[in-house]
Amino acid sequence: MSESADLIVVGAGPAGMAAAVTALAGGLRVILVDSGTAVGGQFWRHPPEHARSAIRTEDLHHKLRDYHALSRALSAGRAKGRLGLRLAHHVWSAVREGDGFAVRAVDRREVPEETAVVLRAPRLLVATGAYDRQLPFPGWDLPGVLTVGGLQALLKGGGVAAGSRVALGGTGPFLLPVAAGLAKRGVEVVAVCEAAHPLAWLRHPGPLLGNPGKWVEGARYAAALARHGIRVRPRTAIVGAEGGDRVTSVRIASLAHDGSPRPGTERRVEVDAVGVGWGFTPQLDLLLPLGCELTGSEDGNAVVAVDDGQRTTVPGLYAAGEACGVGGAPLAVGEGRLAAESVLADSGAAPVLGKKRLARVRATVARQRAFARAMSLAHPIPPAWSSWLTDETVVCRCEEVTAGAVRAACTGSGASDHRQVKQLTRAGMGWCQGRMCGPAVHCLASQERAYVPAERLVATPVTLGALGDFEKYSENR
Amino acid sequence: MSEIIVDGRPLAFIEGQTVAAALVAAGRVAWRTTRIGHRPRGVFCGIGVCFDCLVTIDGAGGQRACLVPARPGMTVTTGEGDDE
Repeated sequence: MSESADLIVVGAGPAGMAAAVTALAGGLRVILVDSGTAVGGQFWRHPPEHARSAIRTEDLHHKLRDYHALSRALSAGRAKGRLGLRLAHHVWSAVREGDGFAVRAVDRREVPEETAVVLRAPRLLVATGAYDRQLPFPGWDLPGVLTVGGLQALLKGGGVAAGSRVALGGTGPFLLPVAAGLAKRGVEVVAVCEAAHPLAWLRHPGPLLGNPGKWVEGARYAAALARHGIRVRPRTAIVGAEGGDRVTSVRIASLAHDGSPRPGTERRVEVDAVGVGWGFTPQLDLLLPLGCELTGSEDGNAVVAVDDGQRTTVPGLYAAGEACGVGGAPLAVGEGRLAAESVLADSGAAPVLGKKRLARVRATVARQRAFARAMSLAHPIPPAWSSWLTDETVVCRCEEVTAGAVRAACTGSGASDHRQVKQLTRAGMGWCQGRMCGPAVHCLASQERAYVPAERLVATPVTLGALGDFEKYSENR
Repeated sequence: MSEIIVDGRPLAFIEGQTVAAALVAAGRVAWRTTRIGHRPRGVFCGIGVCFDCLVTIDGAGGQRACLVPARPGMTVTTGEGDDE
């Protein structure tokens, strides 16, 4: 089937929700699409509406007042027939069509059945967020080793703890809420290994002083972790995991300045689950094929270049949230509002935010961006992380390509980016299309440039049957 | 509590959980093996990005267990769904 509106928003996380709400307030007809079964994205991940009395996860959330306000506004928009909310819809491609855009999705509400859906609008706003960035280490593909986001998703979305003795590792403030959430559910968090040192923050006092809210947030986590007796170990990392059918222990080491393990500091900790994450990788799948320009960000990722109104370089295409640079929910909400204001202005509609409020949102966005920059600089990928790898360590989980093979491609065959490594080794050619190994392979091949993910014309798997239906909807035009 | 059928056996879940959440809640972290090294795999990213958690749902292979809400009576076959 097909549906059209004034604006399509892809991604119903903080950025997409805020954008849709602002556009609705401006009188536009909006379609909001998300692959999840509830609005909220990963930050406000909830069980589906009907299951919230059985699976209680409200207490694991932050800034819920904003979530509830945005949810209410979306419900009101639906009641008035102005909002088409399409949950459990997986968007696999977005293309230019005439003056506007055609967004192709599959409706998976009756999974495994798939129904083709084509959504059309003159303007498209992409708010597809980001996912955990991974660095391989020996044993990272053992069952029970998850991304920190994966642990969090199971907990917030299903009320499930993946283990009873859990070690967390990587870098960035995201480790803290995950540790606190797990502890709240009775999980023994045996180690939180933070590769960076908190003192790194002191090199950027400006953004810290300008964001007192973040101090309060940090203090709250510190208190929550202290209550559960959890200590965050600075400048340490999980450098290995062992087990058979599942992980049973991890190896933890203190790190030297460059991120290499300090000799003699390694020790084993018994666990039954592990969470790892090294910041985030923006989800650019829909944006890359549309040809919008990218720009580098301090965390090593290429992100979508936008103007101060969140317009990409492609006319009619807007982006908000982590795709424009990872910076957290309050930044995403602000960017979503700004993007929708631009959509209204470019459509000839009256603005929603008054001058004062607009100035406030802009100030918030600027402040949060400065904070995000400082965060990236304080929590870098350790330059010498690859010293944790053995030649046998799996780097590409799908095609089971080892670190030895990737290194041989770089040093022996002269590959200088992840695309060349892919051609030589098949790293990134499997099911996930390099989403998991891409950033790591990029770092192994060349660290100078920002990581630009491979362009994938099909953003999510789609059945041939559904593809046939798309053909029909295209021909009818 | 409702039940899905995993490899012919009933598995209890709470309505609203995904198939992956139901499996993990039942203590399972691995449910397929890889094509080349026959390594055990289960849920890794939990949000549909990594494809480690593939299962067959009601006869359809290649389904990401972390994205599929469990439904009473749904049949889940593990150990399949990889590169078939």
